[in-house]
Amino acid sequence: MLVVEKNSLTEEIEELVAHYGNDRASLLPILQDVQRKHSYISDYAQQEIARVLDIHPVEVYGVISFYSFLYSKPMGRNIVRLCQTITCDLQGKKAVAEAIERELGIKFGGTTKDNRITLEYANCLGMCDQGPAMLINDKVYSYLTPEKAVEILGEV
Amino acid sequence: MKNKKTLRAPVSQKAHIVEKPEDITTIGGTIAIEINEKKVTVPLGTTILEACQQNNIHIPTLCHHPDLCVAGVCRLCVVEVEGMRTLQASCAYPITARMKIKTSTPMVRKARKHILDLLLSEHYGECYSCVRNSKCELQSLSKEYGIEEFTFGHIKEPKHVIDKSSFSVLRDMDKCVLCKRCVRTCIDLQEVGVLEATYKGDETTISTFMDRPLAGVICINCGQCINRCPTGALRANDPSDAIWNSIDDPKKHVVIQTAPSPRAAIGEEFGLEAGHSMTGQLNTALKRIGFDGVFDTNFTADLTIIEEGTELIIRLFKALVNQDPSVSLPQFTSCSPGWVKYLEHFYPEYIDNLSSAKSPQQMFGTLFKTYYAKQKGIDPKDIVSVAVMPCSAKKYECNRPEMNDSGYKDVDYGLTTRELAKMIKEAGIHLPELPKDSFDSPFGDASGAGLIFGATGGVMEAAIRTVVEFVLGVKVEDVFKNANVEVVRGFEGVKYAEIPIGDKVGPVPDLIKHLVPNWDWLKGATLKIAVAHGTANAKKIMEDIKAGGKFSECHFIEFMACPGGCIGGGGQPIPTSPEIRKARAKAIYSEDESLDVRKSHENKHVLRIYEEFLKDGPCGHLSHELLHTHYTKRGKYIA
Amino acid sequence: MENEKTNRVGSVIFSEYERGEAVKKAAEMSREDILGEIKISSLKGRGGAGFPTSTKWMLTAAAKSDEKYVICNADEGEPGTFKDRVLLLEYPKLVFEGMVVAGKTIGAKVGFLYLRGEYEYMLKSLHDYLSEMKQDQLLGKSICGKEGFDFDIQIRLGSGAYICGEETALIESLEGQRGEARNRPPFPVSTGYKNKPTTVNNVETLAAVSQIVTKGGEWYKTYGTNKSSGSKLFSVSGDCKKPGVYELPWGTKISELLKLVEAEKTKAVQVGGASGVCFPKSQFERTLAYEDISTGGSIIIFNESRDMVKVLKNFMEFFVEESCGQCTPCRIGNVKLLEGVEMIEDKTFTFNYINKLKELGKTMQVSSKCGLGQSSPNSFLSILENFSEEIFNGRNGGKHEK
Repeated sequence: MLVVEKNSLTEEIEELVAHYGNDRASLLPILQDVQRKHSYISDYAQQEIARVLDIHPVEVYGVISFYSFLYSKPMGRNIVRLCQTITCDLQGKKAVAEAIERELGIKFGGTTKDNRITLEYANCLGMCDQGPAMLINDKVYSYLTPEKAVEILGEV
Repeated sequence: MKNKKTLRAPVSQKAHIVEKPEDITTIGGTIAIEINEKKVTVPLGTTILEACQQNNIHIPTLCHHPDLCVAGVCRLCVVEVEGMRTLQASCAYPITARMKIKTSTPMVRKARKHILDLLLSEHYGECYSCVRNSKCELQSLSKEYGIEEFTFGHIKEPKHVIDKSSFSVLRDMDKCVLCKRCVRTCIDLQEVGVLEATYKGDETTISTFMDRPLAGVICINCGQCINRCPTGALRANDPSDAIWNSIDDPKKHVVIQTAPSPRAAIGEEFGLEAGHSMTGQLNTALKRIGFDGVFDTNFTADLTIIEEGTELIIRLFKALVNQDPSVSLPQFTSCSPGWVKYLEHFYPEYIDNLSSAKSPQQMFGTLFKTYYAKQKGIDPKDIVSVAVMPCSAKKYECNRPEMNDSGYKDVDYGLTTRELAKMIKEAGIHLPELPKDSFDSPFGDASGAGLIFGATGGVMEAAIRTVVEFVLGVKVEDVFKNANVEVVRGFEGVKYAEIPIGDKVGPVPDLIKHLVPNWDWLKGATLKIAVAHGTANAKKIMEDIKAGGKFSECHFIEFMACPGGCIGGGGQPIPTSPEIRKARAKAIYSEDESLDVRKSHENKHVLRIYEEFLKDGPCGHLSHELLHTHYTKRGKYIA
Repeated sequence: MENEKTNRVGSVIFSEYERGEAVKKAAEMSREDILGEIKISSLKGRGGAGFPTSTKWMLTAAAKSDEKYVICNADEGEPGTFKDRVLLLEYPKLVFEGMVVAGKTIGAKVGFLYLRGEYEYMLKSLHDYLSEMKQDQLLGKSICGKEGFDFDIQIRLGSGAYICGEETALIESLEGQRGEARNRPPFPVSTGYKNKPTTVNNVETLAAVSQIVTKGGEWYKTYGTNKSSGSKLFSVSGDCKKPGVYELPWGTKISELLKLVEAEKTKAVQVGGASGVCFPKSQFERTLAYEDISTGGSIIIFNESRDMVKVLKNFMEFFVEESCGQCTPCRIGNVKLLEGVEMIEDKTFTFNYINKLKELGKTMQVSSKCGLGQSSPNSFLSILENFSEEIFNGRNGGKHEK
C-alpha cells in the first residue's frame, strides 16, 4: 500500500471514529462503512481501527472473520449472495445456482476475473415466501428463475 | 488511570459478569443450598463450582482456570439444578437464590461423556507422542470418564500446520480444544492481545492477526498461554535434542547455568508438592547428565544488581546534580525478556528508560565465552552455553542478534524447567532422591539477593539491600528487619514504596568511587520505587507514567512479564495457580534466609570479577561492551 | 423484490392504527399504568421463547441504574421467518412506537434497532420514518411536549450471523464483539448492553405493545386462548399456493392454517424454523399456542414429493455454519449430526450409531450454552422420530436425492 493511500485510509477511519465514537461499540458500524467503500477491510485498516479504538488488531480480525458479511480479503465490486436455506432450496435454488455458475464461469466462493462479481451462498435472507432469492450488495431479488437471475446479473 | 475495562475481551468472559449482590449483608450474606441432598451454606455469589469444591465434591472442568475469568464454554462442568430445564455450567453460575444441585445424575454423566467424546473426535494425534502425555487435562478427563473408544470417530488427518516460527512458543492447533484459556491469558491476564478466536461455527480457530506466524506478530514470548493450555496445543520450542548432541560431542565443553525459579519448581515435575527447592540435587543431576560446568545464574544476578544499581546512581547523579535533561527516569529493570519485548512493542518511546544492563542469563553467556574461556583455556567456539530458565522468552532473548558480545552467540540454548525435567528423566535420574552438590568454580555460590530475583519484587529487594548499604553506610538489617524488604514482597499487582534517605549518608564505596564524589546530593531525598508483575499490571504503571501520574516520579521500577515474577514463568511446570506460585516464592525466600551472604555486593566472586577482569569497574568500558546491551523500538504495527 | 401486500387482514397487530396513537397515549400514562396494561394483556415474547413481556419490563424498570437500554431484536434469521420484514416495511409505526413505550416504561432514553445485515435495503426507509417521527414529536426530546419524556432510536446493522438473534449474542455484537452468547445469569434485565439494564424485545412483541397500549390489555386478551393471549404473525412458506405473513389468533390448528394457505398433499410441517420441530400428518390437529406448539411463527410446508433427509441435511448444514462455535456441544455436536444425516443419505449408517446420535442430540439440548445449540437438534430428533419409516425404508427403498 502506498503511503498516500495509507494516510487517506487513516484519515477516513479517524473521521468514522469521530462520527461513531471511540468506543468498542462503534466497531461494527466502522467496519461496515470501511467495507462499503473499499469492498474489504485491509490489514492496515484493521490495525488503524484497532489503534483508534484502543483494542488489539487480532480482536478486529476475530470480529471480521466471525461475521459472514465482513471480509478481510479483497472481494469483487459486487457481491452476489444466493440464499441456500430450506425454502429457497425447495423452490429451485440449485438450478439458479448452476445457471449463474455457467454464465459467470466461476464457482460459488469465487470472483470473476474482471473483479465484477463475487459469488457466495447466504443463509436465509427472509424472502422465503418469494424464493429463490438473492442479494446483490444490499438489494434483494426474489422469485428467481435461472433465466431471470442471469439477466439480473448481466445488468450489474 | 483510565478504565477501559469494558473495551477488552468479550464481556461474557469477564470475571465481573458473575453476578455478586451489591449488598450481601442484607440477607446475611450467605445462603443455604443443597448439593447432592446435603445441606450446605455458602456466601451469596459463590459459583456452583466453588460451592462444590468447598464441599469436596469434584466437578470436571476444562475451560475454567483459577487465574482467568469465566468462560463457560467447554460445558464439562454441567450440573443439574432442580426446576431448570437445562443443565447449568457450574463454573459460570453464581448462587443468588436457594437451589438444589445434583452433580452426578445419569443426565449429567452422559452429557459430560458426550462432551469429551466430541472433543476427542476432533483432537488430532496420539497421547504417547505428545509433550503433555500424563500432564494433559483432556487425557486425565478421558481416564476419569472411562473413555475406551472414540464414540463419534476420531480425526485422521491434521487440519493445521504446526506454527514453529517462534523461538519460544509452538502452536499445534490440531490439539486445540477451544477452551480459550490462551485467549483470556493473552488478552485479559497479560493484555498483550496476540491470540483470539476467529471465524465461527465448525471453522472456529484460535488465531493470530490475519493468521500470521507467531513470530510475525507482537507476541512477547511470555509463554503464559502455554502454562494455561490444558492440552499440547501450545508448547515451548524445545532445544533438548541439540543440547544432548552437544553433551555427546567430546569436542564441546557444555556449561549450564540454572536460575533460581526452576530450582524452586522442578520438584513438581517429579511428583513433589510445590515449594521444594532442589538446588543441590539439581547440581548433582546436571553433573551426572554430563554438563562440564554447572553454575548459578544468581552469580550474574548479583552482577546485574551491581551494574544496574550503578547505572541508576549514574542516572540520578546526572539528573539531580548535572541537571542533564537527557536522562531518562524512572529506570526500568530489563532482566525479564518478555517485559522488554512488551515495552519495545507497546511503549517504544520509553526504551531509554530500560536499564542497559543485560539480564543475568545474557551476562553469564558473555562471561562464559570470555572470562571463563580464558580462565579455563578453552577456545570459546567450543563452549556451548545452556541456560535453565523458568521462561520461554529467554529462548527468544538468547537468539536476539545483538546478543553476541563475546564474539559468539552468548547463550546457545534457553531450556525451560519442564524441558530440563524431561532430560533428567531421560537420563534415568529421579531428582528428589539425589544427594546435594555445590556449584562449580570459578563462580561458586551466589548471594540470596540474586536468588530472590525469582519472585516479584525480588530484583527491587536485592537492589535495595545494596543501595541502602552503599548510600546510607549502615547495615541493611538496621533498616529492614532481617534484611527482608517486606514492602516489595507479595503478589499485589502493583507495589509502590518510598525510602527516605534522611540527612545521614555514608562514604562512597570503593567500587564506584570513580563515579560519584560523595552522597551529599542525596541527602533529604526520597527514593521512590515501584514493582509490577504481569504485563497487564505493567501497562497500568506505563499508562500512569504517560499521564504524568505518581509513577512518573519514581526512580526505579521493577517489571516482570509474568504473574508472580519468574516463579510463574512460561517455562515452569504445569499447572500454575496463585497457590502454586505462592509456594514457589516461599521456597525462594526461605532459601534466601538460610544463606550467609544475602547481598549482591558481598558476593566475593563478583568482587573478584571486578578485580581480575572488569578492571574499570561497574558500568566501565569493558562492562559496557560485554554486560550491557541496547533495545529496538518495535512498535505495534504488523507489517 | 415484489411489492409487499398493502391491505393486510388481521384483528390485532394488523388492526387499524394511526401513527402516534401509542406514544400519545403512553405520554399521558404513568409507567405503572403501562406496565399494568401489558400485564393484563398477558403478552409473551414473540421471538419464540415466550417470556412474559411485563415481567421482563418490570425487572428492567426495577433495576437501579442511571442508564438503561431498549433493544428491538430485528435480527430475524430463523429459516422460514419473515414477519419482521413485513412489520418493518409496512408497520414501522407499530415497532418504533413500541420501543418508545418500552423506553418510557423501563426508564431508558436510548433504543437500538438491531437490523440484520440482510435487511440493509430497508435502512433508508426506516431512517426516513424516524425523521418523520421526530418532526411529529413522537421521538427525541420532550416527546409529545412532555418534559423529560426523551427517547432516541439508533439503527444498528448486523453483518450476517444468525446467532446474533440470541439476545445476549446480539448485545455482544452491539458492543462490537463477536456474537457469542453470554453466560446467564446475569440476565440482560440487570446486566445488558454495556452491563446496564436492558430489555431486548422481538419486533412483533413491540408491535403488539403499541396496539395494547392503544386499545387496552383487556381488548388484547379477547383474542387467542386462555394461556396464549392475542394473535401471532405466521410466516408461511414452502409447498402451498399462498405463502406469506398471516395474522391468526393463538390456538389455530395446523390443519386450519394449511387450508388457509391452500396447501395440498402436505406431508410435513416444520414449525419454528430450522430450530423448530417437524410435524407429520398425524399431528396436524395440534394447535399453535404456548400451551401446545410454542413458536416464533415460522411455518414451512413440505408436500409428499419432498425427501425429508434432504430437508434435514439443509437444516443441519445451516447450524454447522451458524453455530457461534464457542461451546463444545453445539460446535462439534452439529457437525456429528450432519455427518449422521450424510450417512443416512449414503446408506452407510448403522442403527446403533444413529441411536447414539439421538442421545447426543438430547445432550446438546440440555448442555449447550445458549438457545441455538439447545434447539438445533430439534429437527434432527423430530424428523428421525416422525419420518423414520420413509427415511429408512420408503421412497425408493431408502435412496435419497443428492
